[in-house]
Amino acid sequence: MTPPAPLRALRRPAGAPAGLWLILVILAAIAAPLLTPYAYDIQNLKSAYQPPSASHWLGTDEFGRDLLTRLIYGARTSLSVSSIAITISVLCGMTLGAAAAWFGGWFDRAVTTVVDLTWSFPEILIALILVAIIGPGTTGTMVAISVAYLAQFTRLTRAQIMTLKGETFIEAAASLGAGNAHILFRHLLPNALAPVLVSAMLATGDAIILEATLGFFGLGAQPPVPSWGGMMSAGSALVFKAPWIIIFPGLAVAITVVAINLYGDALIAELDIRARMRRAV
Amino acid sequence: MTAPMLQIEALTKRFQTGGGFLKRPRAMLAVRDVSLTIAKGEVVGVVGESGCGKSTLARLVLRLLEPSSGRVIMDGTDLTHLAPKALRAARKRMAMVFQDPYSSLDPRFSVADVLTEPFTVQRRPLPPGQIAEMLTAVGLPTHMASSHPHQLSGGQRQRVGIARALALRPEFVVLDEPTASLDVSIQAQIIDLLAGLRDEMGLTYLFISHDLGLVRYFCDRIVVMYLGAVVEILPTADAKPRHPYTRALIDSGFAPDPTRRRAIAPLSGEIPSPFDLPPGCAFAGRCPHATDHCRTERPVLDATTHPTACFHPL
Amino acid sequence: MTPLLELQNVSVSIGSAQLLDGVSLRLERGQTLGLVGESGSGKSLTAMAAMGLLPLIGGHVSAGSVSFDGQDLASLTDPQRRALRGRRIGFVTQNPMTALDPVQRIGAQIDVVSRLHLGLTKSAARARTLDLLTQLRIPEAHAVAEAWPHQLSGGMKQRIVIAMALAGDPELIIADEPTTALDVTVQAQIIQILAALVREKGVALLLITHDMGVVAQICDRVAVLYAGRLAEEGAVAPIFAAPQHPYTKALITCIQQEGMARGTLRGIPGAVPSARQYPTGCRFHPRCIKATAECAAHTPPLVAKGDGQAACLHLPEPAL
Repeated sequence: MTPPAPLRALRRPAGAPAGLWLILVILAAIAAPLLTPYAYDIQNLKSAYQPPSASHWLGTDEFGRDLLTRLIYGARTSLSVSSIAITISVLCGMTLGAAAAWFGGWFDRAVTTVVDLTWSFPEILIALILVAIIGPGTTGTMVAISVAYLAQFTRLTRAQIMTLKGETFIEAAASLGAGNAHILFRHLLPNALAPVLVSAMLATGDAIILEATLGFFGLGAQPPVPSWGGMMSAGSALVFKAPWIIIFPGLAVAITVVAINLYGDALIAELDIRARMRRAV
Repeated sequence: MTAPMLQIEALTKRFQTGGGFLKRPRAMLAVRDVSLTIAKGEVVGVVGESGCGKSTLARLVLRLLEPSSGRVIMDGTDLTHLAPKALRAARKRMAMVFQDPYSSLDPRFSVADVLTEPFTVQRRPLPPGQIAEMLTAVGLPTHMASSHPHQLSGGQRQRVGIARALALRPEFVVLDEPTASLDVSIQAQIIDLLAGLRDEMGLTYLFISHDLGLVRYFCDRIVVMYLGAVVEILPTADAKPRHPYTRALIDSGFAPDPTRRRAIAPLSGEIPSPFDLPPGCAFAGRCPHATDHCRTERPVLDATTHPTACFHPL
Repeated sequence: MTPLLELQNVSVSIGSAQLLDGVSLRLERGQTLGLVGESGSGKSLTAMAAMGLLPLIGGHVSAGSVSFDGQDLASLTDPQRRALRGRRIGFVTQNPMTALDPVQRIGAQIDVVSRLHLGLTKSAARARTLDLLTQLRIPEAHAVAEAWPHQLSGGMKQRIVIAMALAGDPELIIADEPTTALDVTVQAQIIQILAALVREKGVALLLITHDMGVVAQICDRVAVLYAGRLAEEGAVAPIFAAPQHPYTKALITCIQQEGMARGTLRGIPGAVPSARQYPTGCRFHPRCIKATAECAAHTPPLVAKGDGQAACLHLPEPAL
């Protein structure tokens, strides 16, 4: 038996370091309190602006808080907000897209029109408007991100299902007497799932940037809860005095997003190879 | 004569295409006024080239497509006006084998999943040992139950497709070009298998094909279609054709005998577009015997024992 | 006289898999050679070797030689081989629907071949194109030259592909299942066109097909491939009258003929093995009705039979 695609992707040259980094960040976020002796929110002005040292590996910020500690707790915020938001977005998008493709008619036209309209606006604009309506904070960010990416998943799912609907095995199921629910849940959605999940994975990378951007504008998680964007925002005023305050969260965002994209590409390659083999046989 | 298994009455299917912005929709008759009675245990072939409506007819008969007009009656039940629930129940009695064994199986399903599906869909318990029994019946080893479609050859996949169609022991099966995607060497295996299963299970077949030679080999009676309409019904497989199109189809085959070479192709030209057909016989443009009469008036099937729609039958 | 195309003991490998094993063929000018076998038998690979196109699919000739008009293809440089294709070797593909460029007019696509290979001027090339279309019995050649591919039917497109193959005035035409994608009545037309080209222009035709019926209709010689090896090769008439190899016989008898009684059509059990699972000895033995224990143990050598050759341990009359 060949291992599943996500594991095979870990064996690819770019997939391996990227996947390992992601596993490391996720584990660190989960085990944050066990990893660091410091608290993320206790201020100690005497030790403010310390550059990286043996006791503070990444230095301290303007309130004397350990930067590594805040970075790890920040990973909690950034990763959970963006992944929860994308999960919601995928669930809603798949439902909408599948329903539009399946029922067709006016419902499909309505969904397609709205989706195409939102598609023409940049995600950041949609997110900013929504946060302005809901109010800043973790919930607002999550809603804003999930709505911003809704169009993408709706479109993708709809396109997948439309293609799959033409496959003979769908007609074969219908000829056996299969109802709509059976065809949708046993054939169409399972076959549409892989590409949607890969695209969700890649979108999570974008969502981390969006979350950091909102945080940078002060619209994300509110202090003292650390987020990567919020930390960069605080560091931006001190870029000459204490550059590490902005550099490390910036690096965390950059490396994580690159890792997600590299791993996502490896995953696509793995899935693609299987599809090609299936066609070649 | 035994009671009819299936009666097709004046079945017509009209398709509309285009009709977007600044474009008028165009209509075509994919199937035009087709009537046919199939007796229990009979093997009826439907033969024709692309665009003749044979695949549409197959789908109309099983009500996988809704007809524009006409009726299909299976064993006394009018399928055309059956409510969804009753239709689902009726589907136990009819089945279809599809042309392309590569796309007719869900790539995510194992062979066992494929063969379980008919039972799930009809909410029937899967009898123990059923999968193994079905695989054996179509000549596949039982260990193949755990295989996935991409691990099987084309012939093996088509056997799985046949096993799926016969899982609920239907009485009437539509075979839509079941060998067209396979090598000729595999074709005979599949035809043999279908013939054997028919004898064993007392099946009635509607066999759709572009290959008149194969249809004449396998079927009791043959319906020849051209551009949506029936042009001839051969009462027996070896009946002499009366319609010039049927003659041309026979002459287009390549006999595997170098001593019987043909110097010229039997027909010139190609099948015209099914949109905007001329008023007369659809075949008139390619027919060597066509007269003005053929180009202005459409011939209908004559009421003989060998129905032919031609003003100048051979 | 040197044959136009000659394959001597050609083996072809892609990566570690050896897909063609010691295939020898000869094709003279004005002759039609049918290359038959089931899918996966190596027909298309043989054609690609003949055109020197194996690198395209990551393959290479691992043993033996391919020569065109006495020249070993391996001794030529890449540009020389390219000049050969299109100019002296024309190619007709299986699927005319995808062989034409959808955004270029038909005429322009044919013109470019003769301009490139024969160095004709624009107007001379167009005159040649119209002449070719007329030769292929295409009505209203002028209108067709101005048409776009999507405006033509499948059979018409296949004639255009043939016209493109002819535009460089080749000596050899390689046609890979040229009628598989077409309607029955149109198949007969295309086959007749190809036969007429050989008869009237004296070109050589290498026709790849899975249909023994087509071979019987227009080929002079036939080579039967199975699982990457030559099963039998020789003139068409004697092979159809008395096939030497059981595989050849099976391929002929799996076509239904007029007046055949139901239940008499014989297929070939099983399927062509993949290159990684070739059986030992004669590769056909697991599907062969004549197979004995010996067949699994020994690879049958190609033995001369009449003017052809066959590879089977149970040939009707053992060769001396």
